[in-house]
Amino acid sequence: MQAVTLTLSDEIFAFPTRILHEILEPVPVTRVPRAGSFATGLINVRGTVVPLTDLRVAFGMTSRPPDEHTRMLVLDVPVAGAETTVAVIADRVLDVTELDDAAVGEIPEVGMRWPPEFLSGIARTDQGFVIVPDLARIYAAALSEDSADFSFEKDPSSCV
Amino acid sequence: MTDDDDGAAVFLIEARELQSAIERNLLDLSEAPGDRALIDALFRDIHTLKGSGAMFGHVDLAHFLHGFETAFEALRAPGRTASDALINVALRACDQITALLDDPAAARAGNASLIESLDAALGGGDAASGPHPASAQATPAVAPAEDGWRISFSLGPTALGLGVNVPALLGELKDLAPDAVRIACETGALPGLDALDPACPPFVWTVEIAADLDPARIDEVFLFLRDDLVLEVTSLAEAAAPESVAETPQQTVASAEPRPSELPPADVPAEPAPATASRQRERSTMRVATERLDEIMDRVGELVIAESRLHDLSMALQSPALMAVAEDIRRLTSGMRETTMSIRMLPIGNLFSRFRRLVHDLSDQLAKPIDFVTAGGETELDKTVIELLNDPLVHILRNAADHGIEDGGARAATGKPRQGTITLSATHAGAEVHIRIHDDGRGLDDGQLRAKAIERGLLPANSQVTGPELYRLIFEPGFSTAPAVTELSGRGVGMDVVRSVVQGLRGQIDVDSEPGHGTTVTLRLPLTLAITDGLLVEVGGERYSIPVAAVEECVELPPDLALGAGRSNFLNIRGDLVPFLRLADVFETPGLRPDFQKVVIVAGSHGRIGLVVDRIVANAQTVIKQLSCIHAGLKAFSGATILGDGTVALILDVGHLIALGTAIEDRARKRKGAA
Repeated sequence: MQAVTLTLSDEIFAFPTRILHEILEPVPVTRVPRAGSFATGLINVRGTVVPLTDLRVAFGMTSRPPDEHTRMLVLDVPVAGAETTVAVIADRVLDVTELDDAAVGEIPEVGMRWPPEFLSGIARTDQGFVIVPDLARIYAAALSEDSADFSFEKDPSSCV
Repeated sequence: MTDDDDGAAVFLIEARELQSAIERNLLDLSEAPGDRALIDALFRDIHTLKGSGAMFGHVDLAHFLHGFETAFEALRAPGRTASDALINVALRACDQITALLDDPAAARAGNASLIESLDAALGGGDAASGPHPASAQATPAVAPAEDGWRISFSLGPTALGLGVNVPALLGELKDLAPDAVRIACETGALPGLDALDPACPPFVWTVEIAADLDPARIDEVFLFLRDDLVLEVTSLAEAAAPESVAETPQQTVASAEPRPSELPPADVPAEPAPATASRQRERSTMRVATERLDEIMDRVGELVIAESRLHDLSMALQSPALMAVAEDIRRLTSGMRETTMSIRMLPIGNLFSRFRRLVHDLSDQLAKPIDFVTAGGETELDKTVIELLNDPLVHILRNAADHGIEDGGARAATGKPRQGTITLSATHAGAEVHIRIHDDGRGLDDGQLRAKAIERGLLPANSQVTGPELYRLIFEPGFSTAPAVTELSGRGVGMDVVRSVVQGLRGQIDVDSEPGHGTTVTLRLPLTLAITDGLLVEVGGERYSIPVAAVEECVELPPDLALGAGRSNFLNIRGDLVPFLRLADVFETPGLRPDFQKVVIVAGSHGRIGLVVDRIVANAQTVIKQLSCIHAGLKAFSGATILGDGTVALILDVGHLIALGTAIEDRARKRKGAA
């Protein structure tokens, strides 16, 4: 598959270019109160309000403050059964390359630092190992977490 | 004929409209059984549908309607009135039209029995007295011929104007025997261009079918044109030597029909066919796909945003020339916004008329006579709102008919008229539309509701709540006081649906009830979903929009309350205690609060609450964008909007915040009770 590669906390990730809309320089982010750390904010992408998500949170990596390499990638991801446009923070966008499907290997059972259910494969390239995340799973997990942790309904009195 | 598919699609839309017109007229007829004008209107619609159905190849539909029409003919006899039984069968027949439009193959089977029921409902006499008219009328008095048929026809003066499609007609004839048809057009009678009336070409078409064929099938092709046609069918054997057919060069079907564009306009006769002219006058409206409207709305939304950016810029630059242009653009944009919104507005009456059928059927099913009264059908609402209102209103009406209205005997015993009345009305109230469903039934039973609520743990055991506060509970999921689940209601699902849809539309529901006199449910809905006026406020440098319609007033936060924590969370507004929320706390906003905080008092149908903010920024037009499902769990926000500077601001959901305020009040009351 043709893929865009990027780094998150020194690891290389790849998304299929098929789902990629555009790559933005960082734009102003509106914080969404009590939305947790994964989908912290909203951005304006050409008149559309798009949630900004941080995959580093999903993979338990440490975030770093934005610098001149930080980018926002606008992607189409299936969330709760519907194609949803989301933005993802990248520490740095590297390249658009062709990933050989055969090279996207099985996920090793052991020795993994990352939650295996969030990966759809790992590819070996000349740049090193490239993680292909399972975005649908990641967003589904974020949704279910959302309702458990971030709801205002849970205890209204705790808000005052 | 490249737009055949378009034509078919338009036919389907029109057919559905005609179907609902037929249904509406039938329901009207059930109230005024002898009304000639209604009966005539019914015939007109059925006939139109039959004709256009046949034109677009809906043969089954056309046959069925023909039967429908014929059976109904008896109703035209002077002095005949439509019985309830007849109306009921006719309504079923009306459903059959929809079924035939959806899936002719599957629905076809029902045709015969329905026509029979129609005949029976009209007195049976017609059904018994001979062969079915649809088949009786068709056969021409010509003996079957072994070697084929020669058909020669020319159209009457108004046929083309009425939409007869010659190529389609020829195509149908050709389909009778695809390999053995010869078509020729006699152009001998064609006058010069200056005398030619393109709406009434004097062509004579000759079609030879060299196949053994039931003449009834030929006649079927012309079934719906008979009045406007000179038709001659002879067997080929009888026909004289077919010299004209053999010698005339064949013309292709597609180019045979003269097209207006091929004629110099100046030479078109001064008098166009009257039918065509009147048609054009009627067409002052135009159908537009709803997606295109949505697209325009999106564009206008973006325009509004861009305009406010321009406005900010012109203010900042203070250039008179730029400001003048910005002012012009502002005026144009707001005009554009209003026009676009008005395009999306539809009268709610269309929706109301759908429910007449529902109540009619419910009345039948429950064996309770129910009168259905509607008012304010001309009230306009955003089309999206209207579409979404269908389900909630169905549930409320079912409840009213099933639980609200008592049966005739019980009503008579309490001195009410035997016939119950359900009133559905719509009115404008400021930026809201109120839709009211009133029944004059038994009303809600406070005691029973309370007992049920306590049983389900929704209320404490010693609760004494009454009135609207108690009635609100009927919208809880699974809450039903019906002793038994019936086919219609009692599962406690319906009202939950009502609540979620209305909340989704940023609306509110009020329930009022008077024991013995009935129940009124009021849905209060915003006029439009797409754009509202918002009050922009700032908390810790972050901006939020509050719908202006909900804002009652803005006051200064008294200094003694400024520090907050541990103190009372109530504000004294002219003697009334109003609970308030510090948005900075609710939203976990970092940073210190300024010295003079403001309180925005917002009100809904269930109370009011003060929202403490750092600063009130401005009034701004707000184009509402839905939050993605990722943030849909956050009930405090009803959406987001894009501000003039291009950043995103969240829109507060006032209803939810007021619910939080109610919770504060309850807690304070409990604390007071405990002390």
